[in-house]
Amino acid sequence: MTQMNEPLLRVEDLTMMYGDRVGCKDVSFELRPGEVLGIVGESGSGKSTLLRSISAQQEPTNGTVEYQTRIDGVRDVYQMSEAQRRLLMRTDWAFVHQNPRDGLRMNVSAGANIGERLMAIGDRHYGNIRNNADSWLGKVEIASERLDDLPSTFSGGMQQRLQIARNLVTSPRLVFMDEPTGGLDVSVQARLLDLLRGLVHDLNLAVIIVTHDLAVARLLSHRLMVMQQGKVIEHGLTDQVLDDPQHPYTQLLVSSILQN
Amino acid sequence: MEQTVKNPANGAPDYNFAYLDEQTKRMIRRALLKAVAIPGYQVPFAGREMPMPYGWGTGGVQVTAAVIGPNDTLKVIDQGADDTTNAVSIRQFFAKTAQVATTEKTAEASIIQTRHRIPEKELREDQVLVYQVPIPEPLRFLEPRETETRKMHALEEYGLMHVKLYEDISRHGHIATTYAYPVMVDDRYVMDPSPTPKFDNPKMNNMAALQLFGAGREKRIYALPPYTKVKSLDFEDHPFEVQTWEDECGMCGARDSYLDEVILDDQGNRMFVCSDTDYCAERQEAGHRGPQHHDQPLGTADRGKAAE
Repeated sequence: MTQMNEPLLRVEDLTMMYGDRVGCKDVSFELRPGEVLGIVGESGSGKSTLLRSISAQQEPTNGTVEYQTRIDGVRDVYQMSEAQRRLLMRTDWAFVHQNPRDGLRMNVSAGANIGERLMAIGDRHYGNIRNNADSWLGKVEIASERLDDLPSTFSGGMQQRLQIARNLVTSPRLVFMDEPTGGLDVSVQARLLDLLRGLVHDLNLAVIIVTHDLAVARLLSHRLMVMQQGKVIEHGLTDQVLDDPQHPYTQLLVSSILQN
Repeated sequence: MEQTVKNPANGAPDYNFAYLDEQTKRMIRRALLKAVAIPGYQVPFAGREMPMPYGWGTGGVQVTAAVIGPNDTLKVIDQGADDTTNAVSIRQFFAKTAQVATTEKTAEASIIQTRHRIPEKELREDQVLVYQVPIPEPLRFLEPRETETRKMHALEEYGLMHVKLYEDISRHGHIATTYAYPVMVDDRYVMDPSPTPKFDNPKMNNMAALQLFGAGREKRIYALPPYTKVKSLDFEDHPFEVQTWEDECGMCGARDSYLDEVILDDQGNRMFVCSDTDYCAERQEAGHRGPQHHDQPLGTADRGKAAE
């Protein structure tokens, strides 16, 4: 169990400046395997900037992002060569976009979408790739007969589930999600969240999920970070933060949810 | 080497040998040297406007102009044929601007410029094959961003190429890509072999002749030095295969060459003929006959006469 105690990801003093404007400032945290971290805050609070900087898509102005790689031990992701970083991003990491069109190839079939990561790491057996894609389609509750259909013929909820399948096929250990339920209607959201919660549990995924929806955060995440104007103003266990908010802004945020 | 060629037009200045000026040829040769040094890598070059439209082989013409010398013999083919518009006009272009000897015989040529085919006859070490390339980037249709495709080549991220082949199999039950079939060069770069039919892919592997590729519109040059390993991409359970025909060539009876289908009338009659006209003519001279031959000229009159 030593591995469980070692952080998978360590972010230290992460700062992203856009000229004089602050994207996010002095963010530090650790994430352990199997842990789900929610980042909440209103639009423009720096959530997405933070996510991009952590997920190696945008080099921060200051600070470090260290990841416990499978082979090389702890590595600073911005010190890796680009080839290593890109390999990490398409094998051990996954990124689920808010808009499935950003995360899917819309002009190839669902099967090819799921198979792409497998082929990218050298899988060259059509039958195996296809079976694997088929089984993943089942795991995200899409019928097998849709395997050869284009994602553009899928509903929004199915596209989002397909995107999740496409990302999880290489058994990543860390998944970044940017508003995965945004743009979906409430019942579809609920099903997707249910599915995500199951997958996260079964696969022991570490997840960083950015959302402005506190209900999503409460349902999925173990810990919660509240951001305002680029800074983390409150950080703690989800229930603790939501049930007993300390910071005035968090109190405002929590009280703004409709209670039943 | 400064050499000019008389321009027959009244009062017009003479051509520099092979149309392009010497500085331009040197620039292209530098790109060619780099391309030969890194097989399959697309080298950018400052492509010039040529006196013909893009799509007519401006890339190939510039490469040929850069490598041709006064003692060379040039053969130009278009879809395997020496007598189609594109082939005839490029052959005439060099006959006029470089006054080199031209031929339709594969064996007699030292430089062969081609669009869409590799001659059936095996090429030798003292020959150069120049391809006209419309789209040099094999990843283009899957990843439209040029910045991204360059990065993918640099980092050898070629999984996407197999996504296309996967799509083929899932839609058609087999790899339905029949031309511009992607190849792996020297275990490093994925290359578009230009729109040659995949029938010709195996000929590229370990070829004795130097192969040069010029894309005029996209301003890229790439190359395969002699005896380079060229492997067609495939899946373990769906290996690469070339096209086969149930028919034989109607004129020469060949069963081992690439056949074109020719519609004869509106009654559904058709025949197959070799796309490589020189190969077909040579076989007919050697006495081979196909079912539609009847020692009568069929199709193009020239081809029939060549056989007699």
